[in-house]
Amino acid sequence: MGKDIATALRPAFALTILFALLLGLAYPLALTGIGQLIFPNQAGGSLIEENGKVIGSSVAGQAFTSERYFHTRPSAAGKGYDGLASSGSNLGPTSQALVDRVKTDVETRRGEGISGDLPADLVTASGSGLDPDISPEAALTQVPRVARVRGLTEDNVRALVERSIERPFLGFLGENRVNVLALNRQLDQLGANKPE
Amino acid sequence: MTIQGWILIFVFVGILLALAKPVGLWLFTLYEGRRTPLHAVLGPVERGFYKLAGINPDEDQSWRRYAVHMLLFNAVLLVFTYAILRLQGILPLNPLGYAGVSDHLAFNTATSFTTNTNWQSYGGESTMSNLSQMLGLTIHNFLSAATGIALAFALFRGFARREAKAIGNFWADVTRVTLYLLLPICIVYALVLIANGVPQTMAGSVDVTTLEGVKQTLALGPVASQEAIKMLGTNGGGFFNANSAHPFENPNAFTNLIQMLSIFVIGTGLTYCFGKAVGNTRQGWAILTAMMILFLAGVTITYWQEAAGNPILHQLGVAGGNMEGKEVRFGIAASALFAVVTTAASCGAVNAMHDSFTALGGMIPLFNMQLGEIVIGGVGAGIYGFLLFAILAVFVAGLMVGRTPEYVGKKIEGREVKLAVLAIAILPLIILGFTALSSVLDAGLAGPLNKGPHGFSEILYAFTSGVANNGSAFAGLTANTPYYNALLGIAMWLGRFFIIVPMLAIAGSLAAKKHHAESAGSFPTTGGLWVGLLVGIILILGGLTFLPSLALGPIADHLAMIRGQLY
Repeated sequence: MGKDIATALRPAFALTILFALLLGLAYPLALTGIGQLIFPNQAGGSLIEENGKVIGSSVAGQAFTSERYFHTRPSAAGKGYDGLASSGSNLGPTSQALVDRVKTDVETRRGEGISGDLPADLVTASGSGLDPDISPEAALTQVPRVARVRGLTEDNVRALVERSIERPFLGFLGENRVNVLALNRQLDQLGANKPE
Repeated sequence: MTIQGWILIFVFVGILLALAKPVGLWLFTLYEGRRTPLHAVLGPVERGFYKLAGINPDEDQSWRRYAVHMLLFNAVLLVFTYAILRLQGILPLNPLGYAGVSDHLAFNTATSFTTNTNWQSYGGESTMSNLSQMLGLTIHNFLSAATGIALAFALFRGFARREAKAIGNFWADVTRVTLYLLLPICIVYALVLIANGVPQTMAGSVDVTTLEGVKQTLALGPVASQEAIKMLGTNGGGFFNANSAHPFENPNAFTNLIQMLSIFVIGTGLTYCFGKAVGNTRQGWAILTAMMILFLAGVTITYWQEAAGNPILHQLGVAGGNMEGKEVRFGIAASALFAVVTTAASCGAVNAMHDSFTALGGMIPLFNMQLGEIVIGGVGAGIYGFLLFAILAVFVAGLMVGRTPEYVGKKIEGREVKLAVLAIAILPLIILGFTALSSVLDAGLAGPLNKGPHGFSEILYAFTSGVANNGSAFAGLTANTPYYNALLGIAMWLGRFFIIVPMLAIAGSLAAKKHHAESAGSFPTTGGLWVGLLVGIILILGGLTFLPSLALGPIADHLAMIRGQLY
C-alpha cells in the first residue's frame, strides 16, 4: 500500500499540471482563436447591429412587453430575460404559485381580446428564461392586437407571421417556431408605423 | 404525442446503434493500447507526458495499485480545482470581476466535477470566471470521463485475462483515452457548435439595447469548448445556469440532436468494446439490447406524460402539452427524450427544467438514476455498473438451476457476488438515508421551493442525482447552503468511489481466475432469456428499493395533479 502511494505521487502531480495546460488552457484558447477566425459572428454571440448599435442576438431572446410588438414568453430569468441569470421557474405541476402566475397571464391575454384555448407556450415560462421563439399559434393570437395598435390590416400582419415561421430541420428536427426579435424587426419595417 | 416526435426518437436510436460498432472498435484499439492513425500527431505528446511524469505505460498494475493511483490522482485534481475556485478573485481571465467562491461551494463544486457529477449549486454565468470555467472545470470534464473509461477497461481486462495478476496501467489508460478519443472529437464538435451559434470568446458579456430600448446584458465566454466535453464526457455541468436549455449552449434542434447523441455515443461503444474484449461481440449486443429496452420504456412514459400536459392548467384554458420549463425550439418530444437520455447516462445536462415536468414525466429521470445509471450510463461508469448487475443476474440464474454461475467464461463465486452487492447497496443506503435526514432537519427542509409531495421529490432527486453522479436537479431546491453543499459533496464522493473500489476488486479477482469454455451446462448470456433476466433483476432491485420513496414523491404528486390539489 505504501509503495502504491509513493509511486503515484509524481504522476499524479505532474499529469495534473500537464493536463491543466493542455485541456484547461491550450484547448479552449486555441478554439477561441480558430472560432473567432472562421465564425467571428457566432463565436461572439451572433449579435445583430443596427445603425452601429447592438440590438440583440439572433440566438438569445429578449423581453417584449409593449403593445406594439409581438410578445415573448414569460421568463423566470431574473426580472425577465436577464442575460446574466438564466433560469426556469422550477415550479412543479401542483404548485399554487404556478397556477396563480398562469391565471394572471391568461387574464392579461383575455384582456387583449384573445379567446379560445391559449397556446401553452404563451403562458408558460421557458427553461432558460431566454427563449427567443414562440409557436406560430402564439404569434397568430397576437395578430389582432398588433395590427390594431399599429394601424395595419390583420391580413398584412398575419402574412408577415406566416412568412416568419421557421420549419423543422429535415422535417423532424425541432418545432415550427417564430423568432420574436426577427419578427418584430420586420414589423418595424412594415411601414404605416404609428408611434403612440 | 406526434409522429414527428416518434421519428426523432427512432432516428436517434438508429444513429446510435449504427455508431456502436465503429466507436466500439476505436475504443477497443485504445483498450489494447494499439496504435491509431492519430498517433502520428499526438504520439509525441503522449510520450512527452509519460516522460515528464515518470510513467512507464507498460507497467501492469495490480487492482490495488490501479485503485490507489486512480484515487490519488482524483484527490490531487480535486484540491487543484478547489484552489482555483477559491482564488478566482485574484486570478486572471475574470472579465466580470467575480470574487472567490465560498468554501462550501468550492468543496461541493470540486467534488462534483471530480466525480463526473457536475451538480450545479452555482449559476455559472453569475459565479464563475472564464479561468475557473476553463482551468477549474473543463479539465475535470475530460479527466473524470477518461477515468471512467479507464475503469471500464480495467474491469473488461478482469473478464478477459486468464490467471493474470494485473489489470492494466491507470496512467496509460487515462492519457490514451484523453488524447486519442476525447480531445480530437471535442475539437471538431466544438467547431460545429460554434458554427451553430454557441459563443467562444474571452469576453465576459455584451450589452445590448433591445428593440424596446431596454438594456440587456448577455453573458458570454468560452462556451463551446466546455459544451463539447460536457456532453461527450457525460459530465453535464453547464456554462450557464440554465444549462442546455440556454440558447447559447444549445441554439437549435440540430445541436440538440448532436448533444443527445454525444451523451450516449461512448457508452454505447463500450458495450461493443466489452464484447470484443471477452471474445464474443454478442455479449455486448445482449447488454445493449437490455439497455435499449429500459431506455425506450422510459422515453415512452415521459413523452406520453409531457405530451398529455397538466390537467390543472388545461382547466385554466391552456391548450396542449406541458411547456413549463421547456423551450419552443425543442418542443415536447426533444425535451422528453433529452431528459431520459441525460439521466439514463450520468450526464445531468438538461434542455428543459425537470422540476417543472409532470409528476410521472419527472419520475422517470429520477428512477433512471436510482437504477444506478446503467442504461447506457455515464462513460465507463454505465458499463461497469451494468456488469455488477450482470454478476447478480448470473448468480440468481445459478441459484435457480443449481450450478456455479459463470459469466463470459469466468466462474462467479461468493467473493464477486459480495463485492457486487456492496457496490450496489451504497446507492439506496445513501440516497434514502440522506433524504430521510433532510426531510426532518430544519436545514434540509429549508431547501425545497415547491411544497407538498413535490417538495419531497426535490430533496429525493438531489441526493439521487448526487450519489448517482448525475448532476441534474429538480432545481427549485436551494442547494447552495452549507448543509446541502456539504452533504451532497459527501454523497457524490461516496457514490463514485465506493462503487469503484469494490468494482476494481472484482476485476482483480476475476483476472486471476481460469477461463472455462462454454459448455452445454452453462447458462447462455446472449439470448432473449438472458436479456429478460437482466431487465427483470434491474427492475426488481431498483423497484423494490425505491418504490416507497417514489410513492411519497412523484406518485403522490401525480394523484394530487389529477385531483387538482394545489400546494
